[in-house]
Order: sequence, then structure tokens, then C-alpha cells
Amino acid sequence: MSTSATTVLVLVEAEPEEMSTLSLEALTFARALAEPAGATVHALVVGDLPANGAGELSSHGAQVVHQVSDPRLAAYSAAAWASCVVDAIGAQSPAVVLAPASPRGNEVIAHVAARLDLRMAANVTEVISAQVQDASTGDAALVVRRQVMGGAVLEELDLVGSPALFTMAGHAVEHTTVESPAPAQVIATAPISLSAADLVAAVRRTVPVASSGTDLTRARVVVGGGRGVGGADQFDELIALAGRLGGALGVSRVVTSLGWRPHHEQVGQTGSRITPDVYLACGISGAIQHWAGCSSAKTIIAVNTDPEAPMVTKANYAVVGDLHQVVPAISSELDARHH
Amino acid sequence: MANVLVCIKRVPGSSGQVLLTGDSMSIDARHVGHTLSPHEECAIEAAVQIAGDTGGAATVLTLGPEGALEQLREALAVGVSSAVHLVTADGGSGDSGDAHGPADVAAAIADVARRREAAGEGFDLILLGNDAADTGDFQVGVRLAYLLARPVVTGARTVAVDGSGPAAVATVIGDGPAGTEEFQLPLPAVVTVKEGEITPRYPSIPGRLKAKKAPVEVIEAPAPVQGTARRALVLPPEHPSTVQILGTDKDTGAAAAAVVDVLHTIGVVTR
Ligand SMILES: Cc1cc2nc3c(=O)[nH]c(=O)nc-3n(C[C@H](O)[C@H](O)[C@H](O)COP(=O)(O)OP(=O)(O)OC[C@H]3O[C@@H](n4cnc5c(N)ncnc54)[C@H](O)[C@@H]3O)c2cc1C
Ligand SMILES: Nc1ncnc2c1ncn2[C@@H]1O[C@H](COP(=O)(O)O)[C@@H](O)[C@H]1O
Repeated sequence: MSTSATTVLVLVEAEPEEMSTLSLEALTFARALAEPAGATVHALVVGDLPANGAGELSSHGAQVVHQVSDPRLAAYSAAAWASCVVDAIGAQSPAVVLAPASPRGNEVIAHVAARLDLRMAANVTEVISAQVQDASTGDAALVVRRQVMGGAVLEELDLVGSPALFTMAGHAVEHTTVESPAPAQVIATAPISLSAADLVAAVRRTVPVASSGTDLTRARVVVGGGRGVGGADQFDELIALAGRLGGALGVSRVVTSLGWRPHHEQVGQTGSRITPDVYLACGISGAIQHWAGCSSAKTIIAVNTDPEAPMVTKANYAVVGDLHQVVPAISSELDARHH
Repeated sequence: MANVLVCIKRVPGSSGQVLLTGDSMSIDARHVGHTLSPHEECAIEAAVQIAGDTGGAATVLTLGPEGALEQLREALAVGVSSAVHLVTADGGSGDSGDAHGPADVAAAIADVARRREAAGEGFDLILLGNDAADTGDFQVGVRLAYLLARPVVTGARTVAVDGSGPAAVATVIGDGPAGTEEFQLPLPAVVTVKEGEITPRYPSIPGRLKAKKAPVEVIEAPAPVQGTARRALVLPPEHPSTVQILGTDKDTGAAAAAVVDVLHTIGVVTR
């Protein structure tokens, strides 16, 4: 199937109940890129769509949804997904292909780049100048800005190629819906180029993680603890406050390196990126690699003995003092007001 | 017996403020020194463990300026037995400091791997970090796998090698969106590692002494073909501090009340 108009193709990811937030952000971004160029936004999904998946994709701007199904795609394999993207590139000749900068998105786009010998830009936040040219007349030439050094620095680079390949940094844009969207045309397709070699590195089994309380990356409240907490046995007050606020505990890398808390609680460049309404960062200095993971919090309250700590100076609010006095006092204040 | 190659990158440290060089093309690391990504420290540890468990050997490789010898020595000090240094020309202050893009790095590593294979010393497993701490391209490992026609898994939390000869497989555990995922790859294979479950060891004093004498094969890095396509680096705007101090621990009660007021205003606690 070939289309005459230029397309922007977005690889989206489905969760059991809905499309992933980062996918909706990537679609929102694709829309802004496509509109001025008169291009059409296509979404590509490998495997099943959640019940309202097609509706969510339409309302976020996808005009066409390509849904690739095959029993061989049941277990995730990056190479298999990449072969589906490469098939779609062959069929649509999109000017631009993007995906969320999730682990899957980065992995699959890297495979596509390697297969087609194209450049790839990871963690793009902005397209500074876009020449989304018609696929029949020439390459797309974008100048993009992307996060490097965990977001502490931005790199501007030329993204030349046909198609231009990139992944979209999380929370660089807020996802928005289009006014009165037309339902997307859903095209069910079968993989064309999928080979046995693409299935060698497929997931053999998935063990669901026993979720302990609120998921850090989705929590509305995160209570953070750093080296200032003082020891593995000193986290009770923070955990109690997080529980009291229906939130999750997040920690710095020093805390996980010292073995005080498990790595899945780590916030930062090599941990999780959090997006809570409020991050209460206690005894954390606010190194750039930590900041990389918490800068999307809507409000930051720092508790630190050092008024010059970057976490304090960059925060919205701060209490200067010993967290072992301040944190229990916050809990008792909450209790007191509840009576 | 698994022959393992681990690929690492010298990157600027960044304890404080990040500074750029005058031409805005690199990070000025003169005052912050250099380091490795935590992911790569875990990859080094995995390489050493697999080599130890299987009676094989671990080799470390970097493409980088002369100074990157410092990072190779760190790996040699914790049990890697030899090193390959693809030396680039570099002013000495930059991030990776040169013009090699991820495709160039992958091509250069692939050349080394092919040469070793031709000499009968091929690598059964090549480990890398999931993403470099500076450029974060998320692709050297995948590109390398395609150049060598090997299977690849990214973001491994643990890697182990079982069996030997043609029956040898790498078992990889990683984090997927729905839980912990397990992969099994026939060797030779490429795996990229993420910080999390592997605890890197500290170098011992004998380890450091050994590292000084360990063999380092020095090769001039091939010239970049694809390059980085970098136009410039820019620092995100520094916002002047607008922090509102809610109190101190001199009057903890008042400070706590002010914090709870803020939580109410934001709407995360309701009366
Ligand atoms: C490539 C790379 C990736 C990294 N990735 C991450 C990452 O993902 N996440 C991460 O967090 N770090 C990461 N780091 C490490 C980072 O650079 C810092 O070392 C780390 O974040 C510091 O942790 P911290 O704030 O707990 O400790 P410190 O920097 O030691 O700060 C402790 C703070 O606690 C305060 N304090 C002490 N006592 C008290 C008290 N009683 N009450 C209140 N405050 C007190 C001190 O004033 C200080 O500000 C990475 C580093 C590198 C090089
Ligand atoms: N110059 C280099 N020399 C050796 N290995 C590298 C180099 N650059 C990147 N790598 C490896 O590739 C991984 C991923 O890098 P990247 O794709 O640039 O994010 C890093 O964690 C390193 O293990």
C-alpha cells in the first residue's frame, strides 16, 4: 500500500488497559510535526490493542492505525518489532518515524536504524527546524534537540535520512487530544519480512513483579531519601510519610549503592524518572543525575540541612533542617489536622 | 570457557555545574574529571564473573582519547585480563572529545571482534552499557550486533553463561513493562547491561598493581564515517532560585505546618 501524501509514522505501545502515556505524547508531538507539512499521522502497533486503544490513538491524532498481528509476535522480540517497522517503512515511505524513548522504543528504533543504516536520535525534546519533504522527492532533514548527560545538557544535531528516525523524551510535551477527531482507519496487517532470526532473542517468560504499594513512576506523591537519611534502618519515618500520603518512596543512587534500599526505588539518570505532583526530597543533594529523574515533578519540597544544596536552591519550597526532626513532624501535623 | 569483551566509554564526571567548551561542541571536563556509566561498571563486573565462572577471559575495549587508558585500568584492576584501546585524536577536554558517532563506534568494535575471530580468539559474548552516560545514544550495542550478525538483548539486569561449546547460552534477565523478562541467547551474542542487580566490586591493591602491568593493545581508531552530526551543545536555561523557605528545624512544628499547607494547596492531601 502506498500513499501519495507524506506520512509521519509513530510506533506506539499498548498497555493492558490503555495506550502508554509516552505513546500519546509521541503522537501529540508527531501531530505538531505533520500539520505544517500537510502530512498524515500513522500509528503502528505490534500485537493487540486495548479495548479503547483505537479510540485513544484517534483522539490523539492518528489518522491511520496499522495493527500487525501474528502468533510469532506473541512474545516480545525487538528484532521482530523492528521487522514490522521496516515493513511499514517499505509500504508507506514515511518521512519521519518516531517512538517514545521508552526501553522498548529506544531498542526497536535502534534495530531499525541498524537494519536500514540510518542515523537515530534518542531522547528528542524538540524539532528546531523541519523539512518534512515528500518521500518521493527526497530525504527528510530535521534539526533536533535532544537530551544528553541525563538531560543536564541538550544537543542540537542534524537528523538527515529517509526516514528521519528518533525517539521522543518522556514528558517533553504534554499529550493533548484533537478536537472532534475522525475515527482512525485501522488496517490489520501481517508481518512481511519477519524471519526466524528475528525470534532468537524473544522473551521466554515474564514474571509479573509483585507490586509493593504505589508504582514509583506513576505515584502522585514521592517521598525521597538520600545519604542524609543516614542508614538502612533509618527509612521508617520516610516510608510512613509516603504511606500516609498514598505515595511511594524514591531514593538516590548513594542509597542503593550502599545497599540501604533496592535499586528499583532509585530516581535519576540510571534509575526511574518520576512525574509526581509533589516530590518531597529529604537528605538528597540534588546532583544532576538525580535531577534528571525528578525534574518533571510539578512541585518540589526539599528537606536538607544545607541551604546551599542544589536540591534546595532548585526546589519550589524547602525546610532547612534535620530530616529526622522534620519528617516525623510533618506526619504528626497531618494526623493532628485529621482529627 | 567464555571469552567476553566488555566495551566502556570515558565520559565527563559531573558532580557540580556542567560547563561547555568555548566552541559549545563538548563538555568541559577539566575540573570534573572523567568516569564511566554505572551501567558499564555493572557490565565489567558481569564480564569478570562470567570469565571466572567459565574459566574464560575478559577483555575490555574503549574507543577514546589517550586519557581513556585511566578507565581501561579501572576495569583491569577488578579482574579483566587485557585491554584494547582504539585511540582517537582529542583536545583533551571534551565529552567523548571526538567526532565518532554511535555507528562509527560500533563499526570499530566490530573490526576488532572480526580480527580476533580470524585469529581464533573470537569473543563469545560482548557486553556493553545500555546507554552511554554522556551522549546516551542507546544504539552502539544493537548496531554492533547487526554488524556481526549476532542476537542482542538490551537492558539486562543480570547475564549468565551456561553450557559450553556450541551448546553455550546466555541467560539474560531484564525489566519489561509487565514484569521481569527472561531471554536465552545462543552464543556468540551481544548484551547491553543496566545498573540494578549486579554489584561492581572495588579494586584491591594487588588488583591495581596487576592493572598497571596488564597488556593493552593500542590501535589508532578508524576515522569516523557517519560522525555525530552535532551542531552544538546548549545548557538548559538556569532558572534563578525562587525557593521559598518554609522553616527550619529550630521551629519544627511551624515548618511542618507550612509543609502541610503546601500539600493542601497542591491538592495531594484533603482535609
Ligand atoms: C553517570 C552517572 C549516573 C548517575 N545516576 C544517578 C541516579 O540515577 N540517581 C541518583 O540519585 N544519582 C545518580 N548518580 C550519582 C549522583 O552523581 C550523586 O552522587 C548522588 O545523587 C548523590 O546522592 P545523595 O544526594 O543521596 O548524597 P549526597 O550528595 O552525599 O547528599 C546528601 C545530602 O543530604 C544532606 N543531609 C545530610 N544529613 C542530613 C540530615 N540529617 N537531614 C537533612 N539533610 C541532610 C546533605 O546536606 C546533602 O545535601 C549518578 C552518577 C553518575 C556519574
Ligand atoms: N567510544 C566508545 N568506546 C567503547 N564503547 C562504547 C563507546 N561508546 C559507547 N560505547 C558502549 O556502548 C554503550 C551504549 O552507548 P550509546 O549507544 O552511545 O548510548 C555504552 O554504554 C558503552 O558500553
